[in-house]
Amino acid sequence: MSADSSAAPAAQLSAAQLARRRRTAAWRRGWTQFRAHRSGMVGLCILTIFVVAALAAPLLADRSGLDVTAANGPVLGPPSSHYWLGTDENGRSVLTLLIWGARVSLFVGLLATLISMVIGTLMGLVSGYFGGFIGAITFRVTEWFLVIPFLPLAIVLSTVLGRGLFNIVLVIGVTSWPGTALLIRSQTLSIKERPYVERAQAIGAGRRHQITKHVLPNVMPMVFANTTLTVAIAILTETTLSFLGLGDPTRTSWGTMLDDAFQVGSITTGSWWYILPPGICVVLVVLSFTLIGQALEEVLNPRLRARQ
Amino acid sequence: MSAVDDTTTKTELSAEGVRVEFTTRSGRVARALDGADLVIRGGEVVALVGESGSGKTTLARTLVGLTTPAAGEVRWQGETLGRNARSLKALRRRVQLVLQDPLGALNPRHTVYDSVAEGLRIHKLVTKSGPTETEMVAAALSSAGLRPPEGLFLRYPHELSGGQRQRVLIAGALALQPALLIADEPVSSLDASIRGEILALLLKLRAELGLGVLVVTHDLGLAWNIADRIAVMYLGRVVEAGPTEEVLTAPQHPYTQALLSVVPEMDRLEPIVLRGEIPDPTRIPSGCRFHPRCPALASGEADAVADLCRGTSLPILPSDPDGHRSACHLVASRVSTPLDHRGEAQR
Amino acid sequence: MSAATASELPASRTGAPLLEIRDLHVTYATGEEGGLPAVRGVDLTVERGQIVGVAGESGCGKSTLASTILRLQPPNATVTGEVFFEGNDVLTMRWGDLRAVRWAGASIVFQGALHSLNPVHRIGRQIAEPIQVHTPGQDEAAVTTRIGELLEQVGLDPERARSYPHQLSGGQKQRVMIAMALACDPHLVVADEPTTALDVMVQAQVLTVLSDLVRDREVGMLMISHDLSVLADLCDKITVMYAGRVVESGPAAQVFAHPLHPYAGALSAAFPRVGDPAARFAPAGLPGDPPDPRNLTQGCSFAPRCALAADACLPAEPVLTTYDEGRQAACVRIGR
Repeated sequence: MSADSSAAPAAQLSAAQLARRRRTAAWRRGWTQFRAHRSGMVGLCILTIFVVAALAAPLLADRSGLDVTAANGPVLGPPSSHYWLGTDENGRSVLTLLIWGARVSLFVGLLATLISMVIGTLMGLVSGYFGGFIGAITFRVTEWFLVIPFLPLAIVLSTVLGRGLFNIVLVIGVTSWPGTALLIRSQTLSIKERPYVERAQAIGAGRRHQITKHVLPNVMPMVFANTTLTVAIAILTETTLSFLGLGDPTRTSWGTMLDDAFQVGSITTGSWWYILPPGICVVLVVLSFTLIGQALEEVLNPRLRARQ
Repeated sequence: MSAVDDTTTKTELSAEGVRVEFTTRSGRVARALDGADLVIRGGEVVALVGESGSGKTTLARTLVGLTTPAAGEVRWQGETLGRNARSLKALRRRVQLVLQDPLGALNPRHTVYDSVAEGLRIHKLVTKSGPTETEMVAAALSSAGLRPPEGLFLRYPHELSGGQRQRVLIAGALALQPALLIADEPVSSLDASIRGEILALLLKLRAELGLGVLVVTHDLGLAWNIADRIAVMYLGRVVEAGPTEEVLTAPQHPYTQALLSVVPEMDRLEPIVLRGEIPDPTRIPSGCRFHPRCPALASGEADAVADLCRGTSLPILPSDPDGHRSACHLVASRVSTPLDHRGEAQR
Repeated sequence: MSAATASELPASRTGAPLLEIRDLHVTYATGEEGGLPAVRGVDLTVERGQIVGVAGESGCGKSTLASTILRLQPPNATVTGEVFFEGNDVLTMRWGDLRAVRWAGASIVFQGALHSLNPVHRIGRQIAEPIQVHTPGQDEAAVTTRIGELLEQVGLDPERARSYPHQLSGGQKQRVMIAMALACDPHLVVADEPTTALDVMVQAQVLTVLSDLVRDREVGMLMISHDLSVLADLCDKITVMYAGRVVESGPAAQVFAHPLHPYAGALSAAFPRVGDPAARFAPAGLPGDPPDPRNLTQGCSFAPRCALAADACLPAEPVLTTYDEGRQAACVRIGR
């Protein structure tokens, strides 16, 4: 019953203002907690560097550097003062390719994750919250998609849809949602039984209110933490697919760089500057997402937080 | 006792012959509630007392429609409660259930303000001309004894003490201005020294707002403290009901007598410690469901009606809002003898 | 059949009480200054065949007290004072002696014991565990017989040894925990809120088991509860704790019926006597909340909630004074 020191004339605040205040307070708290995680901050820094590089690509490297016809560097030339990371088999600067490739890899990774997250959360919620026929059907569908081997499905889809950027996004999104769905489903099952959901029912809330105001907000933290891991997987997947030659032939991504490097026998010729940079970039981005995801999970999971 | 006026006398929630069953994993049918009658009116506090497995929580949940009865009816204001969402929502506007375990019953991500305002938003009780939502939330928190209410608006449940959480739960129920409150074990998870305040709050709500309160508890002392009437349940049925003073000073049913005798520091009664535990609800004993553990039967006191106890099941105890009744063959046999049964107090 | 043969208990000093706690202080390190003082100078004695009750609510330090008796306090706790078990200080014992004392000398029935059972092992196996730890190498048949005996002692069917915890009711699980506490024939049993989650009838059964135990086997018992009426029924002596200190102590019936300290009075009134007309529609409680050990007030820690608080209560924490009939209380307002 002690007065809140910061809420002087709080009675005069409207509900919306209170809600805003509460939200900003919650964000600030979360950010302070996140900042305390050194590994999470490292991940965030790495990711920021890459995102900034991707966004500022036109400023960092001239677009014309991607044009095969305009390339006039040495073939598979090692790093020099002119070409910091050397050149590829067409004479293009590897650094330029890397920076522009970051755009594609990150874009595909994020968009595919968004699709996967939306489908996965929806399916997970439905199969977890609703029992009976609906729940059973959605669960079976989830299991079915889970069981299908990823690579053959990806190859088939790519072949059917054709090669292209959005098609890759679609392929990754469609094949990676079951993992999220299972996670969300088990979380939903557990939250559904909590006393506060029952209290909402006792107050007179219908199903929609229960799901949107109680189940979903308590499931979302898990979704967010899982999302960062999914992005990592999506980027790796895009790299894999591009490496297998299923990527968009008109655009450079880290995966296509690896594919090209492999095709021209960079390993045998010892052109490490062609293989290592894209590989290392993929690893770094995936690592950064994983670190952020771990830190986020600790920040957002009330049970982990309570132990502190 | 509160002033009896037109609105409170009309408020009535009743259960008639309610039966709730569920099928266990082994396929047997368990009767959590096996025919119970209960009536709660505005302006009175009724204690529903029993041990775990007696069906008291199930009955409370059935009264607010959280559990669907397999048989029997729940009546609100004389009309049978429909199973559709609309009638349930209308009922919950007027009858509120306050769950036990205040920490679990509040959404950890919602502030106190949100939790209390939730009911207002669901039932769209904030009108353009009336008080604002903030005012209504503040009023509810004040009624629940949390002053100044504004200081708690932005708090989260884990930042509050147990007593404060329980009051927030009650405030959430009061915001809807219900006619009846059903409190499931309102103080069992709270420290001993703060129980009194919550109980005093319930009494105050009855006196000032004319609320009817049904308190579900296993604590006879609590019933003695605040209840006008008491109903004792055993294995899915009400076995004794009546005014608290009568039932707890002169209990008729052997189960009530045994329960009362083992309350700690009950010096005036010889403790009757029953053997065993409440039977499995899938295997309800034949005849009187209490007969395998009945001390009166075991001691020979009930020899005259022993066959009835073992073979004839008792009818559902009707809900008599003013009288004192028991579902017991022995008690029935005594009442029907020419002796003045009022003079024959049990102890 | 005594099970405590392989691990030898340290020799007891003749004439020493079963348990003697002297000026115990337990402080948890929290990174803040001063830490969290859970127990602030407690003296307590338990003799063989005696049941001593400790009454208090959350934050009073009673659970910390219980775990410190067997040196089970968390690693971040600083302990000063002495805990003499049969004359030997548990806090400075050698590791080998401590292991022998744990369970074969003194055992604990923890709070929330219902949740302390491992759900994937059968009951019998869990009861057997302390027996096997203290007397390794016993043959199966002997252990099984012993388990059967223990279950019968607590009023359960020996057949129950084959059940899993989820197949038992709350009262049955609590009795299994008591059986486990008796497995090695301890001299002292510490029961932390053993009946709090139980129905009144099952509580009566469990309390009967406990009192029979003390009577038949000369076991000493320290029983912790916030329900003063349960303690008054069962115990010989009651000690009331508040904010880590003893505020009243004396014969059980006296403390319950005629408490000296206002807090003991409030605890006693919180569980009204059924049949007492004065308790009808008059729930008695204290304002405020149980104290936060981190934020104790200057002077008497109970003063913020006390109806009798006066200026005399503020300068210093009241000292435990002895009155006649072995009663002690720490309040400057007694008799004034």
